Amino acid sequence: MIEMQNVYKTYKNGVTALNGIDMAIDAGEFVYVVGPSGAGKSTFIKMIFREVQASKGTIKVNNKDLTKMKWKEVPYLRRDIGVVYQDFKLLPKLTVYENVAFALEVLEETPRNIRKRVMDVLDLVGLKNKARFIPDELSGGEQQRVSIARAIANHPKLLIADEPTGNLDPETSWEIMKILEEINATGTTIIMATHSKEIVNTIKKRVIAIEDGLVVRDEHRGEYGYEI
Amino acid sequence: MAMKFRTFKRHFREGAKNIWRNSWMTVASVGAVTTTLILVGAFLALMLNLNHVADNLEKDVQIKAFVDLTADESETEKISEEIEEIPEVSSIDFATKEEELESLMESMGDDAWGLYDQDNPLNNAYIIKTTDPQDAIRVAGEIEEIDNIESVSYGEDVVQNLFQFNEYARNVGLVLILALVFTAIFLISNTIKITIMARSKEIGVMKLVGATNWFIRWPFFVEGLLLGVLGSIIPIIILLTGYYYLDNNMAEMSQFSFIELLPFSPFAWQLALLVLVIGATIGVWGSVMSVRKFLKV
Ligand SMILES: Nc1ncnc2c1ncn2[C@@H]1O[C@H](COP(=O)(O)OP(=O)(O)OP(=O)(O)O)[C@@H](O)[C@H]1O
Ligand SMILES: [Mg+2]
Repeated sequence: MIEMQNVYKTYKNGVTALNGIDMAIDAGEFVYVVGPSGAGKSTFIKMIFREVQASKGTIKVNNKDLTKMKWKEVPYLRRDIGVVYQDFKLLPKLTVYENVAFALEVLEETPRNIRKRVMDVLDLVGLKNKARFIPDELSGGEQQRVSIARAIANHPKLLIADEPTGNLDPETSWEIMKILEEINATGTTIIMATHSKEIVNTIKKRVIAIEDGLVVRDEHRGEYGYEI
Repeated sequence: MAMKFRTFKRHFREGAKNIWRNSWMTVASVGAVTTTLILVGAFLALMLNLNHVADNLEKDVQIKAFVDLTADESETEKISEEIEEIPEVSSIDFATKEEELESLMESMGDDAWGLYDQDNPLNNAYIIKTTDPQDAIRVAGEIEEIDNIESVSYGEDVVQNLFQFNEYARNVGLVLILALVFTAIFLISNTIKITIMARSKEIGVMKLVGATNWFIRWPFFVEGLLLGVLGSIIPIIILLTGYYYLDNNMAEMSQFSFIELLPFSPFAWQLALLVLVIGATIGVWGSVMSVRKFLKV
């Protein structure tokens, strides 16, 4: 599903964030991306939905070659990928319902499909009864659940999460992980960058460790491997 | 690109909502468009009327070629053949010296010229017009070279000055109008840019979930269009009433009676339409330009 060969990234300011990444991820996998701060995890993750373009190397996602992709095709790539951020990126003036519906409106879905799908995903993340709330009226964990609902609204094959529990207390983090596992169980591939030793060591999955822009470890059912 | 009707409705709703939501920006942008269009409209009305007056004067430009007194009938005939061969010539009339004298006497009074009735000192003449009045000067030069032509006159000074003035007026007017339009586009794009900052988060999320650039751009397009149209309402009212007043009163004021304005209908309506189109263009351009930066992947 995702294939990177010898991928480099040097930012405009001269910082080299990735130094020749080689790896492949199959459909249906659940992968943690770990490593020290500044190692290049976010850069690695952003390459997958072309928020960041590689300086060198080839990246294939869903059999599309991102390095050769025209900017016009990027929106269509992103429709197959759900993205969740540490800071949720919800629109503050819209209700929970509208925040999720927004993602489907952009794809020009019919109003009836939108209504049905929004209620379905809100049900999945357990927020059906808070559909009329605005983000400020929700807890951090609830806001993150809204952003997950938005990310999966379009049935993406791939869900990418950059430190989805980074701003949450441990208990809420477990709730979020439970939801991600459920989504993974339906066949959605999940890639998640994290600094949480507890999560990685408890819910055992494949671990890719990145240091100084290189993959230094890649194990199935791996350990977090760093002291905090 | 085929757009679904409900998407079209959505873009329109969003565009209109933003006009309403950012009311101070709307006032600022509409103000900029209004000021510009009043100036542009007044300039256009002035320029087009100047052109009209100049065109009328140009139409009167004619070349008079005087035939040598010594030329006989066949030589005079030959001159007309040669003049007809010049491609730019559109019409050629012959005026005998008797006719010339008569028209002189008519305009100056019989007394002064009556003396010459028997002994006419004037020449026979050809009166020539060219298809494009601008060619008159060159054609006059060519005719002067023809045998048995004594001299040629075409009101040299008047014609030359007229052409020059016309060209200046056109160029200066055009430059002024373009400068005004670009200033307005710049003003609008900056005003809208300020409010987009606040919306950049929204645009970011739209990009994240896979909105195409055009999907993001359309509401701004609509917004700009509405701003431009709103901004052209006052200028159009001013232009229509102002021109109506001018058109009706100019003829009555004796000192201006020689100026013939373009008629209110259809000219004022066409001008109003033009102002509307310029306003809409300024709005759309300014608005779409201001989103550009936020669309970069
Ligand atoms: N937009 C950018 N422009 C320039 N340099 C950047 C940019 N984004 C990241 N970098 C640099 O690239 C390197 C890798 O950053 P990245 O965000 O990928 O690290 P990370 O592993 O996600 O770190 P963290 O765990 O703190 O989130 C860092 O040195 C960072 O300063
Ligand atoms: Mg990061």
